[in-house]
Amino acid sequence: MSGKQLNFWLLGALSWHAIVYNPASSISGFLFFMLEVSNLACSRGDHRLFSGLSFMLHPGQIMQVQGANGSGKTSLLRTLCGFMMPDEGDIVWRGESIRELDEEYYAEMLYLGHLNAIKDELSALENLQISAGLSGIELDEKEALAALRRMGLRGRERLPTKVLSQGQRRRVALARLLASDAALWILDEPLTALDVGAVELIQELLAEHLARQGMVIFTTHQPLQVAGAEMRSLSLS
Amino acid sequence: MKKSTLLGLLVLVIRRDLVLAMRRRADVLTTLIFFVMVVSLFPLGVGPEMSMLRKMAPGVLWVAALLSSMLSLGRLFSADYLDGTLEQMMLAPQSLSMLVLGKMTAHWMVSGLPLVLMAPVLGLQFDMPVQALGVLIIGLLLGTPVLSMVGAIGAALTLGLRGGGVLLSLLVLPLCIPVLIFGTGAVEAVSTGLSVASHLSLLGALLVLALVFTPWVTAQALRISME
Repeated sequence: MSGKQLNFWLLGALSWHAIVYNPASSISGFLFFMLEVSNLACSRGDHRLFSGLSFMLHPGQIMQVQGANGSGKTSLLRTLCGFMMPDEGDIVWRGESIRELDEEYYAEMLYLGHLNAIKDELSALENLQISAGLSGIELDEKEALAALRRMGLRGRERLPTKVLSQGQRRRVALARLLASDAALWILDEPLTALDVGAVELIQELLAEHLARQGMVIFTTHQPLQVAGAEMRSLSLS
Repeated sequence: MKKSTLLGLLVLVIRRDLVLAMRRRADVLTTLIFFVMVVSLFPLGVGPEMSMLRKMAPGVLWVAALLSSMLSLGRLFSADYLDGTLEQMMLAPQSLSMLVLGKMTAHWMVSGLPLVLMAPVLGLQFDMPVQALGVLIIGLLLGTPVLSMVGAIGAALTLGLRGGGVLLSLLVLPLCIPVLIFGTGAVEAVSTGLSVASHLSLLGALLVLALVFTPWVTAQALRISME
């Protein structure tokens, strides 16, 4: 029996245990609490980026999407977000296609793209409160300040973000991770422009999220280790 | 962490756009100054003959309002599109139509409302009687939100296109003709002693129709533009 199979049986046994002891909350958790991508195909213009892509992501799992520039990493993530329609295949969240779920799915996922989605004219604090508000969470000033300070922005919370450096602006955007209760994080190159300290912080945040039974799917060209979780990888070629 | 309500979200978007407009005041002022200048050019160009000015005043004011609202439409979604905020709005767990309605409201408050407030002052240049000025203001109050809302559809469709501004005007201006007709019609009616009720109710009907349909249509157009 290979390690993977063993892992599967262990997971099954553990989940069964959970069902027996806490039936109400766990049956749906066991069966559907996951992202399932089946036979996905995507193209940009006439160019086919990938096809026949299938994978599942379970609670507590992290997956890195790997591939050369232009291999379709961002397109895959954007398709997972529902921005782009796949040519073929389906994306299923908790047993239902995301096309039918729409807003219910968005309440449970968080996407951080190449663009920071922060306004130059607003302060870091205002930016964080507004972006949390857009994702349906009212963040009071104390919570927002705590999140920004954890991201290493102490003393810069009330400065307009146009005076911040590229890395600091990325930190403001990443502070959303702290102000979110989403189960699925979709992160496109979260480490761009970040220094060593910030990369370590992100690794910490990912580990915490996975420990809470969250799911992460991300791309990066930098090495990234997450303590206590097996890094799955998906290669696009 | 608290969950925000739909109304809370609407207020959040409006407040955000108003704060942004206050910090980028030049954008707001250019629209208003454009409106004032276009309207003021007519008495200079046509000459100071009172009866003629009085006759053309409603048309001039309405056309100028239409043109200056076109000026600011391009900015409605473009900044959010370029910095990625629009992506996040599409991923909001509430309906995108509600967010769009918030943006439309803020846009009207920033670019439509100042025109409404400025119009009576400019109307005096044309020797408009007080009664006509009143009807003009009511007409503009009902009509300029329609311009913002119909314009938002065009702004969403031309998002990210190069030279989208001209295309936007070509798309939106024809759709605004009914507003222009009823808006000027109301002022002409009051000048000739007729009832203005029919014109104003038609404007009101246009406003209600726009309120119901344009946020949804704009949201769909945004989804198409983002693909």
